[in-house]
Amino acid sequence: MSRHTLSVLVENKSGVLARVSALFSRRGFNIESLAVGPTENPDLSRMTIVVDAESQPLEQITKQLNKLVEIIKIVELDGGAAVQRELLLVKVRAPMAERTQVLQTAELFRARVVDVNPDTVTLEATGTPDKLQALLAVLAPLGIKEMAQSGTVALGRGPRAMSGAGTLRPVERTA
Amino acid sequence: MTSTPHEAPGSEAATREAAAALTGVETTARSVAEAAAQPVAGITGAQSLVRSLEAVGVDVVFGIPGGAILPAYDPLFDSQVRHVLVRHEQGAGHAATGYAQATGRVGVCMATSGPGATNLVTPLADAYMDSVPVVAITGQVPSAAIGTDAFQEADIRGITMPITKHNFLVTDAEEIPQRIAEAFHLAATGRPGPVLVDIPKDVLQATTDFAWPPRLDLPGYKPTTRPHGKQVREAAALIAGARRPVLYVGGGVLKARATEELAALAALTGAPVVTTLMARGAFPDSSPQHLGMPGMHGTVAAVTALQKADLIVALGARFDDRVTGQLSSFAPEASVVHADIDPAEIGKNRKADVPIVGDAKETIAQLVEALRAEHEAGRTPDLDAWWAQLDDWRRRYPLGYDWPEDGALSPQYVIERLGAIAGPDAIYTSGVGQHQMWAAQFISYEKPGTWLNSGGLGTMGYAVPAAMGAKYGCPETTVWAIDGDGCFQMTNQELATCAIEGIPVKVAVINNGNLGMVRQWQTLFYEGRYSNTKLHARNADGTPKPVRIPDFVALAEALGCVGLRCETKEGVDAVIQKAMEIDDAPVVIDFVVGADAQVWPMVAAGASNDDILAARDLRPVFGDGQV
Repeated sequence: MSRHTLSVLVENKSGVLARVSALFSRRGFNIESLAVGPTENPDLSRMTIVVDAESQPLEQITKQLNKLVEIIKIVELDGGAAVQRELLLVKVRAPMAERTQVLQTAELFRARVVDVNPDTVTLEATGTPDKLQALLAVLAPLGIKEMAQSGTVALGRGPRAMSGAGTLRPVERTA
Repeated sequence: MTSTPHEAPGSEAATREAAAALTGVETTARSVAEAAAQPVAGITGAQSLVRSLEAVGVDVVFGIPGGAILPAYDPLFDSQVRHVLVRHEQGAGHAATGYAQATGRVGVCMATSGPGATNLVTPLADAYMDSVPVVAITGQVPSAAIGTDAFQEADIRGITMPITKHNFLVTDAEEIPQRIAEAFHLAATGRPGPVLVDIPKDVLQATTDFAWPPRLDLPGYKPTTRPHGKQVREAAALIAGARRPVLYVGGGVLKARATEELAALAALTGAPVVTTLMARGAFPDSSPQHLGMPGMHGTVAAVTALQKADLIVALGARFDDRVTGQLSSFAPEASVVHADIDPAEIGKNRKADVPIVGDAKETIAQLVEALRAEHEAGRTPDLDAWWAQLDDWRRRYPLGYDWPEDGALSPQYVIERLGAIAGPDAIYTSGVGQHQMWAAQFISYEKPGTWLNSGGLGTMGYAVPAAMGAKYGCPETTVWAIDGDGCFQMTNQELATCAIEGIPVKVAVINNGNLGMVRQWQTLFYEGRYSNTKLHARNADGTPKPVRIPDFVALAEALGCVGLRCETKEGVDAVIQKAMEIDDAPVVIDFVVGADAQVWPMVAAGASNDDILAARDLRPVFGDGQV
């Protein structure tokens, strides 16, 4: 198994997410992370899907995804050629005596403090999944009260774009 | 809409007759379509729906009204679009499928919300598996009630997502013409399939304007129909160099109306042809190049030809498990050229050495051209050794059957005689099970669109409603439903529809008193323990009681049909002739046959095609090493 990141341009219509997730679940694939949001074109949304799969079944999935009428384009972004980020919000136990340690850790990871109260501090951090994992590992002994993490969002590096001229090569439609 | 696939190229009179009938339909449909396409303001959503159906050229809708779809039935009452009131929505769905498969046009069915819509689920799944162009229109509870568990509410869009090519929930009456146009476009183009349009009642009642044609807004839908020239040339080179090629023909060839191109390719290659269950009729059974049907109950020659081939040219076929048997041991020495309009089919089950995405008609036509170039360059294969081998298999293991030892009527004989008497101009539909396999084996199909069955989903109960739809679409053609007694009891209520609406189908019930195919498996794999497969009335010890439940002759009469019965070999021809003479009412023949007839050859589920049994305990000798 290996991690694959699919960037999928879809029509901005109700029901598309259900169709996409149903395709994955029917074939027994667990979606590791999923992020859906607007694009530069108001008619289109971008889904960034991270999935753990062998490449052959993944190819079948992408072909089936391509058949969905509301899907415009699918590109597989590989690690080196794409910028991948996740957003983490984490509420850490931070009594006054231990607060400095929390804040120093935040600074090391370039996380920002977004909420403070006498007992806890909430940090906001962005980065690759690996970086956020590292941050969480350091914070864990201090006491994580609660956390929320987004799915990966990603864009290919370089001047090319998925929509418009000079596009990235789509996942093959023609076998 | 220019030709019906069931027309007989050979029989001029039949062609003229069918053409005349069709021209009549076409002219009416066209003038209705032209009138309907005029813009109009201030009409209801329901009127807009019916005008859209007229404008898109629909001539018949199979359906049942109910609360949520009721507004649509009011303008339908005055429309040129005919509505056939079925007795169960499943019948409407299969009728639309039968109509589509027989005529090549899009079949249409209509149902109300909730249970009406969920009753369409089976036929939609069926049409999806067999790639049949069908549009289903369902009423939905009013927009404000959606999601409240309102009376007769079901999320039919959610339910049918995995079994339709696409589906829509219409939220605004303005959208109706566009959604209908898109639904028909999606259903009929690319790889065909069912499309469902769900319309809430308030949308049908709203006031709107109508204009035609609407703009289609399907930016993500671009089926590849033109094959890649380089791939086609590579395929031709492989064909020219192959010593043991097989043309593996699937239903896509019929969907693409590519049978003439296929005939040209077959003639040019001289290669053997096998036609799958979905492709029976795509290549004439009478051709000496035709080895028959491959797969679990295919002929020994067809199964083994694929198994020993050095090149398989798959045309609109999908390497279904019923064809390949155990995938890992399927055709181990074969290179594969796989041509299909659906890129997701290519490489799905079997790796393709040369993938070709495109419409079968265009692909095969280009293959013919490319192959001519190969031949002109002096590359023509010698298939004599291959044909010697194939002919030997064919001679030693022809299709056949034994008469039941207890003196009962042989079901295979009944079906064989039916095919001989009704002939290659008739349309045959079937249910699912033993009778379906025998109908695929023992009737000679010569023309496209003459064999309609439920191949992918295996829907028992398909035969009668599909025959109804086929007969409606091809009124001049004799339509026979070959059904089992199990299947027949699932959907025979549509015979009342046929009787009342004037759709004189003919039904041959192959009545063995059992769920025959399951019984066959119980005989072969469960030591003859017949758990819940006996349909006939029986005593405590399991022996049959001398009473018919149901009495199919009486049932037929009760449904407004002519009921006939035959229990002897001597009576078979006469009863079929008698049924052929009746054309003003549906006819049902109850053929009471032996319970223990079996379908052979057979590749057991999950077994390798190498282990095909020509008959029970008879494993063919394949003459390994001869080619």
